[in-house]
Amino acid sequence: MWEYTKKVKEHFLNPRNVGELEDPDGVAEVGSMACGDALKLTIKVDEGGKITDAKFQTFGCASAIASASALTEMIKGKTIKEAEKLTNQDIAAFLGGLPKEKMHCSVLGRQALEKAIANYRGIPQKEEEGKIVCECFGVTDQEIERAIRENNLTTVEEVTNYTKAGGGCENCHDSIREIIERLRTEKRPVTKPRLSNIQKIKMIEETIDREIRPSLKHDGGDIELIDVIGDRVLVATRGTCAVCTASEQTLKNFVEIKLKELVWPDLVVEEVAA
Amino acid sequence: MKTIYLDNNATTQVAPEVLEEILPYFHDLYGNPSSAHSFGGQVGKKIRESREQVAAFLGAEPEEIIFTSCGSESDNTAVMSALATQGGKRHVVTSRVEHPAIKSLGAHLANRGYRVTEIPVSGDGHLDMDRYEKSLTPDTAIVSLMWANNETGVLFPVEKAAILARQRGLLFHTDAVQVVGKMPVDMKKSPIDMLSLSGHKIHAPKGIGVLYVRRGTKFSPFLIGGHQERGRRGGTENTAGIIGMGKTCELAALRMEDENTRVKGLRDKLEEGILSKVPSCRVNGDRLNRIPNTTNISFESVEGEAILLMMDEFGICASSGSACTSGSLQPSHVLRAMGVPFTMAHGSIRFSLSVYNTEEEIDLVLEKVPEIIERLRSFSPYWKAGERVCASV
Repeated sequence: MWEYTKKVKEHFLNPRNVGELEDPDGVAEVGSMACGDALKLTIKVDEGGKITDAKFQTFGCASAIASASALTEMIKGKTIKEAEKLTNQDIAAFLGGLPKEKMHCSVLGRQALEKAIANYRGIPQKEEEGKIVCECFGVTDQEIERAIRENNLTTVEEVTNYTKAGGGCENCHDSIREIIERLRTEKRPVTKPRLSNIQKIKMIEETIDREIRPSLKHDGGDIELIDVIGDRVLVATRGTCAVCTASEQTLKNFVEIKLKELVWPDLVVEEVAA
Repeated sequence: MKTIYLDNNATTQVAPEVLEEILPYFHDLYGNPSSAHSFGGQVGKKIRESREQVAAFLGAEPEEIIFTSCGSESDNTAVMSALATQGGKRHVVTSRVEHPAIKSLGAHLANRGYRVTEIPVSGDGHLDMDRYEKSLTPDTAIVSLMWANNETGVLFPVEKAAILARQRGLLFHTDAVQVVGKMPVDMKKSPIDMLSLSGHKIHAPKGIGVLYVRRGTKFSPFLIGGHQERGRRGGTENTAGIIGMGKTCELAALRMEDENTRVKGLRDKLEEGILSKVPSCRVNGDRLNRIPNTTNISFESVEGEAILLMMDEFGICASSGSACTSGSLQPSHVLRAMGVPFTMAHGSIRFSLSVYNTEEEIDLVLEKVPEIIERLRSFSPYWKAGERVCASV
């Protein structure tokens, strides 16, 4: 069972602004029945460019309904200019967060809003921009790139959570990986400022706490930072990791990769007995 | 709020009689059945009795019963044993609608160079027997077909399929997790070589499974360790689980009649009631050829997880084959294999009953479900009241 926040449940059980506005100034339909969620958004805009009313209809799970309800609440009373700044993260935050596998519900909301604003401005509906990467869910490279940039996504799994791309036959996983890799190299500064030892240790500790420990704990394991000597990160394994034959792989393929990515690319993780 | 539990294909409550039987084995009688002292020996004796109870229920011999930790372990053991004992053979036959214990194992084997044939099913969930027969080759190490489908309850003609395998000298395994306790099983008269069952689906605790292995079948253990289970499954016995399994088999034999009359009647009432009260819904799978406790109903234009969560508000527990429920993005592989359209697959709900369900519970579900569907459809862009015609079969 998904762990939804109280606010998600509340917006699901009592969604606001359900329905379809008559004579809307902007209309958007996104998603499809085949994909498992779809959203129709209608908005009314006054002469001053303010959104005076918004209504939605959703086919989808609890978080899709709650995200659409949240979206309408968030945009009512805002000007078009203010509304177009909304991101999918804002929608998720309004609801007190969404399970990561359900982030695509918030992306669907943002897509609907953009489309409704474009429709209000009289911009003709364009064909999907970019080329389709995920055939199963019809997701383009541009949508994937945008989700990666706006949400700092680093893995195929995360891209699937946010865009659904790669969630079907999985044939496009290599293409998604290439896009992630391309954006990562674009983003990386040419020279990274040298870290002081104290900065480095602090960042390593933070990364272990935030990114690494929760996953290990999930399987009953843990690691402890023993020392940092130059670029060598010395750790001791705890809990199930201490007796697990795969812990070496976990250290190399998970811990080290995370630390390289988030702290310093030259770090090497070594296990010590302690 | 009272829980109305209609998710018995997922797991069941431990029968009070079973609980009473096993409790002493957690504290007073905690001995190791393999010990030389009589404190452990008395537990060993009880385990022998449990093995006899399980064997009697299945029409098997006690030495044909191997206790495992779950249905998945039994399934894995059967297939891996067949491959290990017939080293040259590289082909496995199964179906497209198997439980993940077989389906994922098949994918795992395919990645390791084995050839895995998944036999398709028809729209109502029946195995394509023609394709099945043609798939059998001298290279086939084992056939593994589920007896009843966990999502739809549809039965495969496994005994007929097992005869076809036997005629060619091929091993046949069935995952009978959803059948045992609901339909009579008699291994003495059966052509099946190996059969898996799971305790927690039939009112024993979680963590206990059984693999039946016909006498004379070559066997290779999956879990290597001590001499337990006559060297066929290492690891200290789950004594309470095994004793619970024995007791639950004894009870199941007595309850089979109730399961096929009263429980079936409740299931039919639930199904008929929903079909008559809710427009545009349909039953997935053959309604005649099914286990008596299961119905799988699709509601057009609504999504399954949303239905489950609204039912949850009333304490009603069921399952869905929708994508959103599982965390994957595609609806149930079973419904897709049956060609259920996406519009219907996303809105599928499985209700699975047990002997503990009552008519009052079904009446309450029949009151709430139509309201829930109507409410969710009022949110849906695909639903225009009155415009759809009833698609029920």
